[in-house]
Amino acid sequence: MQRSTLGDVTYNWVIGFLAGLAVLILIGPVLIVIATSFTTSQTLRFPPPALSLRWYGELFDSARSAQIHIAALNSLWVAGTATLIGAVLSVLAALAITRVARPSARFLEASFLSPLVLPTLSYGLAALMFFSVLGIRPSLNLLIAGHLVVIAPFIFRTTLASLTQLDPVLLEASANLGASRFYGFRRITLPLIAPGIAAGCFLAFISSMDNVPVSLFLSNARTSMLPIRMWGMMESTLDVRIAAIAGVLILATLVLMIVMDRLTGLTRRMSG
Amino acid sequence: MAAIAATAPASTDKVDWRLAAPLGLVYLAFFAAPFAILLGVSFYADPEQTRLGFESWTKFYSDAFYLKVIFDTLKLGVFAVIATTLLAYPLALVFRAASARAQRVLIFIILMPLLTSVVIRTFAWIVILAREGVINQTLIGLGITATPLNLLQTELGLVIALTQIEMPLMLLPLLTIMNQMDQNLIDASRALGASKWRTFFRVTLPLTLPGWIAGATLVFASATTAFISQSVIGGARLVYLPALIYQQVTVVYNWPFAAVASLTLLFTVLAGIMALSWLGRFARTS
Repeated sequence: MQRSTLGDVTYNWVIGFLAGLAVLILIGPVLIVIATSFTTSQTLRFPPPALSLRWYGELFDSARSAQIHIAALNSLWVAGTATLIGAVLSVLAALAITRVARPSARFLEASFLSPLVLPTLSYGLAALMFFSVLGIRPSLNLLIAGHLVVIAPFIFRTTLASLTQLDPVLLEASANLGASRFYGFRRITLPLIAPGIAAGCFLAFISSMDNVPVSLFLSNARTSMLPIRMWGMMESTLDVRIAAIAGVLILATLVLMIVMDRLTGLTRRMSG
Repeated sequence: MAAIAATAPASTDKVDWRLAAPLGLVYLAFFAAPFAILLGVSFYADPEQTRLGFESWTKFYSDAFYLKVIFDTLKLGVFAVIATTLLAYPLALVFRAASARAQRVLIFIILMPLLTSVVIRTFAWIVILAREGVINQTLIGLGITATPLNLLQTELGLVIALTQIEMPLMLLPLLTIMNQMDQNLIDASRALGASKWRTFFRVTLPLTLPGWIAGATLVFASATTAFISQSVIGGARLVYLPALIYQQVTVVYNWPFAAVASLTLLFTVLAGIMALSWLGRFARTS
């Protein structure tokens, strides 16, 4: 073992301190919002003077929070539909280019992934102009089309990664034994890449539920979406119900995450 | 044998266009076509879209105010990359050395904010950064400052909030590449007498650069377009391209000008991505 020098000791301290700070910055705000959501107070004060379920009561009150409920249902419908369509299209597209070394495959891969880095806000505005040129009025279907484009890359990426790890010998064996191409896909490929597809769908669904840039331009008062409504509440009143919504969403995400981790090894998949 | 090989999708060497077409057509109809329209609209000279011309472009690029907005947006992206790098690298190093159990806990801590709505994360930072917020209460309690600091509506406050919001995007590619790194190289460097600092800068850093570039690309693209965080924490005083676009569409109703700003945002992000990928190629050849 190496003896530790002064330099190594400072290295350990600096790295340890910065890593600790990183953990604090990552998790601190989430914990603070959850704590705030149980406050008795009218204002967003941390620490809360006393704890209660008052704001959760307000949030679930169907008369007082009707607008929020409509927005939440709209968001769930759009995210669910876009994820389902996105899954079918992305899996087909991933199958089309897996193990193909040609430039055309690389081009398709880069194109299908491009919404991950191109500014989604620019896309939201482009979609607004496009639909208005075509004379199509805002509806949930427009939102589904817009969300579909920006969330499909998540499913495409994880499916492609699963396909790359799939042993081609399995499919050759199945073909040698007389199985049709579709039969091989249904009985061998699909079961083996299912966790990858599920992990991608999870990420796609979450990012659709959270999408602001596309919904900002494609939704209106009639088709309001949850993040946009929350943004409105935040800009106008700093309503404590936002903290309660946060509590509900964080709990739902946590449960989904644990379920997905059990089913698909989500955390392993995301850390490589 | 040739016939059998042709039935197994794993051994094809051509793109199966029948399978790629559905997603490709959706992208053409709902992604490429809208951007083409956006480009077209930017060449209207007036808000009423009656006359074609370059006026929207020249007006945008000849005004010092708009040039400053572009510069500030770029600067915000660079600051976010620097801040996330300073915190994500140490955390990734600790993650690499941690036990399997500790790694699972860390992964949850890293993923949790990523899966929490951006609106909620921004909202959390208002509670923390406000004049009567957590940071000011702590500083006053410790006697470091007598009067509360203004953190909201400042670039510093915005960069702090974006650091949390974007850090997972930096961490995930870094963790992936650190997992693939050969521990023998680190051990060899240490055995040959290099200090931990020297080992980090001469071995770990160059080997993990591709992961950093992937992370930096995502952080830069995300921070420059983070409309909600920019508008809520930055307030009305700090103007970045996304807020400018939104205001031109919903307040001023000048679509051609909004299209120019929107394409400028696109070019800004692309310039950042190209600079980073150039850095990656430069690092590999040197």
